[in-house]
Amino acid sequence: MTSLDLIVLLPELMLVGTALFVLLLDLFLHAEQRQWLLWVSLLGVVAAGVANGLIPTQGAPLMQEMIRFDEISKVLNFVFLLGCGLALVLSADYLVRQGIARGEYYALVLLSTLGAMFMGSSVDLLMVFLGLETLSIPLYILATFLRRNTSSQEAGLKYFLLGAFSSALFLYGIALVYGATGTTQLSAMAQEKTSLLLYAGVGLLLVGLAFKAAAVPFHTWAPDVYEGSPTSATAFMAVAAKAGAFAALLRVFALALPPTLADSWTLLVGVLAVLTMVLGNVVAVVQLNLKRLLAYSSIAHAGYLLIAVASAQSATLMEPATSSLLFYLLIYTLMTLGAFGVLLVAEGKGENLSMTDLGGLAIRHPWVAAAMAIFMISLAGLPPTAGFFAKFYVFRSAIQAGELGLALIGVLTSVVSVYYYLRVVYYMYMRPAAVERPVHISTLALAGIALAAVGVLVLGIYPPLVLGWIQQTLSVLP
Amino acid sequence: MLTLITFIPALGALLIGVISRERQALIRGVALFASLVTFALSVWLFFAFDPTQAGMQFTEERSWIPEIGISYHLGVDGISLVLILLTTFLVPLLLLAPWDAIKERLKTFSIMVLLLETAVIGVFLSLDLVLFYVFWEAMLIPMYFLIGIWGGEKRSYAAIKFFLYTMATSVLMLIAIIMLYFNSGLAYPTFDWSDLKNMHLGPMMEFWLFLAFVAAFAVKIPIWPLHSWLPDAYSEAPTTGTILLSALMSKAGLYGLLRFGLTLFPNAAVELAPYLLALALIGVIYGALVAAAQKDLKRMIAYASLSHLGLVAIGIFAMSSLATTGSVLQMVNHGVIIAALFWAIAILMERFGKRGLDDFGGAMSRMPRFAALFLVFMLAAVALPGTNGFVGEFLILLGIFLTKYQLYAIIGASIAILTVVYMLWMTQQVFHGPKAPQVETSSRDLEPQEVALLAPIVALILWIGIYPKPLLERISPSVELLISQAQSRIEQAQEMPQTHQDSQSGATP
Repeated sequence: MTSLDLIVLLPELMLVGTALFVLLLDLFLHAEQRQWLLWVSLLGVVAAGVANGLIPTQGAPLMQEMIRFDEISKVLNFVFLLGCGLALVLSADYLVRQGIARGEYYALVLLSTLGAMFMGSSVDLLMVFLGLETLSIPLYILATFLRRNTSSQEAGLKYFLLGAFSSALFLYGIALVYGATGTTQLSAMAQEKTSLLLYAGVGLLLVGLAFKAAAVPFHTWAPDVYEGSPTSATAFMAVAAKAGAFAALLRVFALALPPTLADSWTLLVGVLAVLTMVLGNVVAVVQLNLKRLLAYSSIAHAGYLLIAVASAQSATLMEPATSSLLFYLLIYTLMTLGAFGVLLVAEGKGENLSMTDLGGLAIRHPWVAAAMAIFMISLAGLPPTAGFFAKFYVFRSAIQAGELGLALIGVLTSVVSVYYYLRVVYYMYMRPAAVERPVHISTLALAGIALAAVGVLVLGIYPPLVLGWIQQTLSVLP
Repeated sequence: MLTLITFIPALGALLIGVISRERQALIRGVALFASLVTFALSVWLFFAFDPTQAGMQFTEERSWIPEIGISYHLGVDGISLVLILLTTFLVPLLLLAPWDAIKERLKTFSIMVLLLETAVIGVFLSLDLVLFYVFWEAMLIPMYFLIGIWGGEKRSYAAIKFFLYTMATSVLMLIAIIMLYFNSGLAYPTFDWSDLKNMHLGPMMEFWLFLAFVAAFAVKIPIWPLHSWLPDAYSEAPTTGTILLSALMSKAGLYGLLRFGLTLFPNAAVELAPYLLALALIGVIYGALVAAAQKDLKRMIAYASLSHLGLVAIGIFAMSSLATTGSVLQMVNHGVIIAALFWAIAILMERFGKRGLDDFGGAMSRMPRFAALFLVFMLAAVALPGTNGFVGEFLILLGIFLTKYQLYAIIGASIAILTVVYMLWMTQQVFHGPKAPQVETSSRDLEPQEVALLAPIVALILWIGIYPKPLLERISPSVELLISQAQSRIEQAQEMPQTHQDSQSGATP
């Protein structure tokens, strides 16, 4: 390990340091001083983000060829840190209301983010696995964080059992790939000949990651876990687990697998994408519970992200596919966290909100309702919000790759999605309040929601703000 | 300049957003000011526009999203010019209209109307296909709110039906736009209309892409049999929404057909013209027949609108510059007339609280001023000479008659008689005949301010009817350029051996 390695790892080290410090700090704080935990965590996230931005990228793999800090890692790290920071800001008051604003919570969120960052930077299958576990284990704990609440316990247990199972499959996949190629190095794999063993191993890798991404048919855990977990954890989970999984899909499938395999895995990913988009969107139509609705919505969005992965079929298609995936992940992070942020302020103490509970929100809290409407419109992929360009870009790379069918199914299912997203808008704007529910507005939560809403709108009107930056990634593509 | 015209309403909406909703007068004032400034600018544009020049004027081109080949490209020609004028003319009137339904939640209402205005203007001015698509879809959201919040009893059903129906086909257009980008065969891929109109597509590709575009436009117009959202949306929407839908958004569909459908895919357009003409003609007949059978005034006008728009579509599909000029003029006319008719029905509804045909009778005696104005609107709708409706319909029919589609002109002209029948019948029922019991109690004649609001519409109807030259001299060169470009593309395609097309189509006089 050289000093260069340590410098490049600075963002990750900062997160670990902050997590440990927050754990320690909690011991010395009185209950009413707990907001310091939030500020310290946020400081750590911001510092990591700054470090991530300032450290120059390295073309060569580091840490005994385990990690690579290139432009893609940079963008991914930024997305993860943004998701982490925004999730912390949005959930701070909810945690206090629920009585779970403890140091462990913040530390676990930070460590989970660390896992996602490792997944996004890894160039070795073992590192991907380590990242996956570092991401997942804190999430299992976060899901059960309301430990006196049975549905939270149930969510945690379900997530843990199924998650452990999928991790095992992923590990077995690594073993098979190693058996076939004699290496776990992603760059070395690309030169290997194909064999049945490799096919089987790659299939298992895909299953393991599809589970984390909640792609159909490996999605069954998502609705229950999303519904049962504390909403703040759900919000973070919806973003972090998905972004991490797609980071790994990008590293393993799009950037590393031998070109001879491309036909078979893109076909597989394409099939997954179609199943995910169709099932996610169609089942979401009948959901009345908001958290379940957002769970199915996040499944559906995994389908659109899979389109981007499936479009990365050859060297020339790599650049549009990769940047559309990264752009989509960023926008997805903003709009999903924004929507969960509104849920968090509308929820008092962990009761499960249904759509009718949003009735009359537009009259009582016009700004919150307007922000929620923006998130819904963006999730549905309508202009002039960023969700439109995210989808547009994905469909564009799909058509460029000749996957017209995927693009068609993508647009048609997003018409279906308009129905349920607009129903949320309908309840907020066109229904009177059934019960006058208090909305727990605080400056901090409002600032978070406003940041997400403005981001969604500004990137919808002028996407080059981040697109240009993301497209720098093409400089490192093979 | 064009950017200003497009975005001043949106700026106004933004400004209203930060005003407290208690200050209704201020909200009204800001909304009105924004829309009037836009109108003033577009009037200026109308006179600054050089009629001798057929191409795009006042173009603005900036890079917008260079990463994926999208530019911010606006431009105005004679066709979009008159449609912009129609839009900016109607919106201030609608904001001034004193309808009771809109008294509550005025703030949201003003924001939505202004955002819609921006979107509609953007549709008419965009020369980049993605930019066009963004505005095109952006029209839906404010309209969803307008129908959903202020609509009638079945408003949520009507709003979502309208939304899903139009979106389902416009996403197909989105896919077609992206396909176009990758298959245009130009030296560099682009979404820019002014480059794409010179491309060469394979016949199959052109056929399917044209179909996707036509589907999106046909739903918006709507063309039979894609109209089933129309009766619900038109009759459930509040009057402002109905007028915006019928007067402006249907024009967006027709405009798209003309600007993008014909110029990008001329070969497919000619090949499919007989079928599309037949559908449009069925729409004309069907709309007229169903309108004649309606008992509900608003629904009757909705179907009448369907019938009239079918005729405009016929004028576009015929590929004759005379008929198309007529169509463009008739788009403006239809916008003005249909707005006036829905407005008149809103006045009746406000007074009587009902809108069934049988609820009225003998209103003439109590509302003479209103009856006189209504007569003007009605006569314009049935295209009496001297009104604007006549000029437009006459040009369309004449233009079609000079092509090989004479049969359509003959049938279309005959249907005009049917229109007269149900329109006159409706007028007779409402204003003459035995007095309905409510007439004594409920009817009030028009207030002076109501007359003042309707007066510009009457003036426009008569002005275009008597002296359409200022409009026609701006529309005509642009239409001719458009059609001749399309025809030269058709000729090019014929020189290539694999296509067989009828050379007779679209003979221009």
